[in-house]
Amino acid sequence: MSGISRRNFIQITGGAAAVSTMGFSNILLAGKSAGNVVIIGGGVGGATAARYIKRADPAVNVTIIEPNANYYTCFMSNEVISGERSLDSIKFGYKNLESMGVKIVQDYASNIDAKKKHVVTKKSGNIAYDRCIVSPGVDFKWETIGGYDAEVAANQIPHAWKAGPQTALLHKQLQAMKDGGTVIIAPPPNPFRCPPGPYERACQIAHYLKNNKPKSKILILDAKDKFSKQGLFMQGWKKHYGYGTDNSLIEWVKGAEGGIIEGVNAKTNTVIGSVDEYKGDVINVIPAQKAGKIAFNAGLVNDKGWCPVNQQTFESTMHKDVYVIGDSSVASPLPKSGYSANSEAKVCAAAVVASLQGKPAGIPTLVNTCYSLITPDDGISVAMVYNFDGKKIQKVKGSGGLTPMDSSEAVRKREARYAHSWFNNITSDIFGG
Amino acid sequence: MKLNKKVLGLIVLGGLAVSGNSWAGTASALDLANTCAGCHGTDGNSTGPATPTLAGISSEYFKEAMLNYQDPEGRYSTIMSRIAKGYTEEEIDLMAGYFAKQKMNRPDQHFDKKQAKAGAKLHKKYCEKCHEDGGRSSEDDAGMLAGQWMEYLEFTMADFTGGKREMTKKMKKKVQKMEKDKGANAMNELIQYYGSQK
Repeated sequence: MSGISRRNFIQITGGAAAVSTMGFSNILLAGKSAGNVVIIGGGVGGATAARYIKRADPAVNVTIIEPNANYYTCFMSNEVISGERSLDSIKFGYKNLESMGVKIVQDYASNIDAKKKHVVTKKSGNIAYDRCIVSPGVDFKWETIGGYDAEVAANQIPHAWKAGPQTALLHKQLQAMKDGGTVIIAPPPNPFRCPPGPYERACQIAHYLKNNKPKSKILILDAKDKFSKQGLFMQGWKKHYGYGTDNSLIEWVKGAEGGIIEGVNAKTNTVIGSVDEYKGDVINVIPAQKAGKIAFNAGLVNDKGWCPVNQQTFESTMHKDVYVIGDSSVASPLPKSGYSANSEAKVCAAAVVASLQGKPAGIPTLVNTCYSLITPDDGISVAMVYNFDGKKIQKVKGSGGLTPMDSSEAVRKREARYAHSWFNNITSDIFGG
Repeated sequence: MKLNKKVLGLIVLGGLAVSGNSWAGTASALDLANTCAGCHGTDGNSTGPATPTLAGISSEYFKEAMLNYQDPEGRYSTIMSRIAKGYTEEEIDLMAGYFAKQKMNRPDQHFDKKQAKAGAKLHKKYCEKCHEDGGRSSEDDAGMLAGQWMEYLEFTMADFTGGKREMTKKMKKKVQKMEKDKGANAMNELIQYYGSQK
């Protein structure tokens, strides 16, 4: 708290608490405080940041504002869709964080007053902060797909791009579909959360269909002309799902060849493409994406709808003492992935603790690793190590890259085992336990 | 908010560092080690079942492994060769020091009691000389065996015996003798023993 003494700070925030009806600030000030950090969003970024701030300095008060009682990880949710794992296995609560002293406020953060330094919530009044970390994940550009909205997604044509009830719905729809049905997957344009995700989803659904409904088809109507891990995915589709033959379980239509979709008709279960209309028995539309709503409300976004940050600390370039991590932030060249959000959260946590202690921020180091499962025994990965060149994050030359195309079945099997180990380890690292 | 001299000084220094063409400095050992946690667990204690625990392994072993992964002719791996290439020797030293200082948690694993008992005897006879204290000690170039994830040990030993990873002369001699004397299941018995250790 540079420039404000602890006594002054108590007077200032104490005053705010008296005005607010719920008085959360009073609770925050009950312990011996080395500063108040309020985190918006209890997903991968938010929960990791909370845990790592507490690890670095237990005296810092850390509060997470999160509307849901549990978080369902998007990673491995494709295995829930195919029935390889249960929805419960990707569900995580906040008990372990609470036992570290992190305060969980189950509420919706609607805005940030960066001048008065408080977060505006729906039910809990204003919550004062010294540093605020915003990790809201993505929101959808519903307006880019005619006839599609949150209600249609929740009940009939799930995006399932935030794991939870829609993941379960998509799984149920596949189970109910007749053999010989068509599953349409419509991946979004760049940039979006989890670039290999839609194509892993196609693999997982194909795996389910191959074993249960082999006369069925998956039609991928893509907004793009190329995609993440494309060579490896197509190789896997050929090997396991007949890709390129008349009996292929998967057909991929690129954007330039009519893959771009303009709307859906929920009544007739039809996807309206720029060229043709496609009838599906199960439809999964993943809309174009932007930063989470709070980032727009709080004025943290650029004209492209994402949050620019100082890449050494993840502090917003729009508002002082407000940090943005995870999918909403502009962390390029890091992709919008779970591992990235976890890695960014640690850099941010260290920078926030340093800043509260009046110390300069350290030198960032980051990693991303993304596994995709083509079958339960065939895993592929992409990895990269990142450092900081004084101005921005950069890839470390010579590091990272994809699983080699010519890797053996034994290697692929190990990668699948490592994918599941990665899931176990990263979720423990995020939520504790 | 008033800025005191100290804070102002830091801002000026920070500004100078950022404006330079080259960014000098190395990330801290803690920050470097934290990047491994996504796969190897917080503080290097893996929650398994296949990625190995790094907590408590000797710094020499860690360093040798990472440098070997960087070498195209070096240690066989799925992903680690791609990741290891992202770090300088100085950074690897820092990580090695950090993980060596961490306490290993030995997880509950499913093991066959009878085989583990047989493995204990095999360990004493063939391995204890270098992998001391029942494989609980990781010193010099010896990795951590007791309480390590069994699936990882299976992968590793398959690589050693399949010629994908080079054994030291001493180890090769002992492993070959054990397999000759005790048969093909001896290695599995050893792994059951290490997995049973708490």
